[in-house]
Amino acid sequence: MEHSLTNATARVPAKSRLKPDTFPIHDVTCTVKSNEQINGEYYLLILSAPSEILDCRPGQFFHLLCPSKGGGNPFFRRPMSIYGYFPASGELHFLYKVVGEGTRAMAQLETGEGLKVLGPLGTGFTIQDGWQNLLVVARGVGLATLTPLAQEALQRGLNLTAICSARSPEMLMSVDRFRELGANVILVTDSEGSSGVENLERMIEAQIAQSGIDAFYTCGSNRLLKLLQRLGAQHGIPGEIALEQQMACGIGMCQCCVRSLRRGGKIIHERVCKEGPVFDLQEAMEW
Amino acid sequence: MVDIAVKLGSVELKNPIMPASGTFSEDLAGVFDLDLLGAHVTKTVTPEKRIGNPTPRVCEVQGSMLNSIGIPSKGASHFVREIIPVYEIFSPPLIVSISANTIDEFARICEKVSVPGVAAIEVNISCPNIEEDGKAFAMRPSTTLRVMKGLREVTDLPLWAKLTPNTGETPDVARAAESGGADALVVSNTLLSMAIDVKTRRPKLGNLMGGLSGPALKPIALRMAYQCAKAVDIPVIGCGGIATVEDVVEYLIAGASAVQVGTATFTNPMVMPHLIEELRAWLFAEKFQSVNDLIGSVRDDEAADSVVFMEAAP
Repeated sequence: MEHSLTNATARVPAKSRLKPDTFPIHDVTCTVKSNEQINGEYYLLILSAPSEILDCRPGQFFHLLCPSKGGGNPFFRRPMSIYGYFPASGELHFLYKVVGEGTRAMAQLETGEGLKVLGPLGTGFTIQDGWQNLLVVARGVGLATLTPLAQEALQRGLNLTAICSARSPEMLMSVDRFRELGANVILVTDSEGSSGVENLERMIEAQIAQSGIDAFYTCGSNRLLKLLQRLGAQHGIPGEIALEQQMACGIGMCQCCVRSLRRGGKIIHERVCKEGPVFDLQEAMEW
Repeated sequence: MVDIAVKLGSVELKNPIMPASGTFSEDLAGVFDLDLLGAHVTKTVTPEKRIGNPTPRVCEVQGSMLNSIGIPSKGASHFVREIIPVYEIFSPPLIVSISANTIDEFARICEKVSVPGVAAIEVNISCPNIEEDGKAFAMRPSTTLRVMKGLREVTDLPLWAKLTPNTGETPDVARAAESGGADALVVSNTLLSMAIDVKTRRPKLGNLMGGLSGPALKPIALRMAYQCAKAVDIPVIGCGGIATVEDVVEYLIAGASAVQVGTATFTNPMVMPHLIEELRAWLFAEKFQSVNDLIGSVRDDEAADSVVFMEAAP
């Protein structure tokens, strides 16, 4: 699989990369269409966005300039993975959980207010030609990151199974969205005791035996990473993972968002904002 | 039409706005036309490959940031082979930032990056000198003089010394850099700082401490730029906390001939092209014909040297 931007950019002639006819990264003010709490923990932010920023790839993100609201004054922008992009209706969706100063400020945004967004940024997921059966395994807000991938896979007529994990059934979000898109959804929760690694492994093994799996996709959990790495190695199934890291610039300049990866027998560093946030599953390291 | 071109010794800039080292790379070409800038300044490169510091490498403090990136570098050979040629396509002068742990290594990398395509070398002497006591070269006049003399011998390119605020001897360090052969001073690098998470009681940076940059640093770096402009005859380039056109104008009045913009680009990647247009508009509104008439125009005629060069708050 190909997702290193160093390689990707090497194929692009310098002229079009360094002096593009249109700049691929946009810094624009979008208008808040709605920003609502959809259950105890999660908010859905819907922005009215110009078409030029909606030419996105699943797995990419935007860098949001959170407002100084609610007593907070976040300095850096906040990277936020895309929950949905809809060029036809001119909408950009983010699903987020309030965890700190930035997201607390975001939660204060009201309909009609502006929000500056920079993007789309980063290198997204890849689906290789010929793949038929994809498996998404994610937990909590990580499911949001994988939703655009499900949308693309299902639009391309591929089969997609989504194992959605959460603390309790009430916490499961994105599930309706996965169903709407036509994914085969399997719910597992901690409260029902179905989200344990052994149970997940049984389910995935069954899926492999039944219809076969061409690729794994996941996001944000060490436990799932380890499980999928093991199963991927055993069965020769490739995979990708979206990783997070604190960011400053978001476009590759500051070198703050690096993560360690295993490649060619060595440990290397790559930027989550540029070569990532999507990396090869087997190269990813626990954190 | 207001003239906003400036000359920094032999280096001519079509406007006085350029990026600060470490906050810029060709990646910014995805956002705007990099030919708009007065100059391009690359991230500091070291002689050998360096991996950089542990994460978290940055944290935010009220209205500003700390960083301990730790100069990850692919080494000088990679830089000369792969990075310098990238900038051939652009018209602004290319300024290459270098650093090293010893005077010898500094001289070697200086020689190595003195190649066609490079307009000047920015000497990041804010890093520790491991031959002495680990204090940054630019903390003391003696080490500043020695390292600049060492570099002057090995290159004909203009040398810009980047000073540190982690010193109590700013005017003397500035004069030492000038005597050592510096063609301009960049004032300044970040200020050593710390932040602790009160819940976990862990320092917020993986490297415990790091450099403060952003608006909080501005009054300190502005004071240094002012003192340096008074102390030396070579041009001073202001750097520290610039985010608005008023910040740019303030540094120019203080005596800086050009400015570097860093941290502001992280939150507003379009800030530099905006500042160029806003500076032009400001000068026009204030009826200046040339930016050069503003440089060093601070009204301090009565101030005695002892006041201008003071090294502690009165």
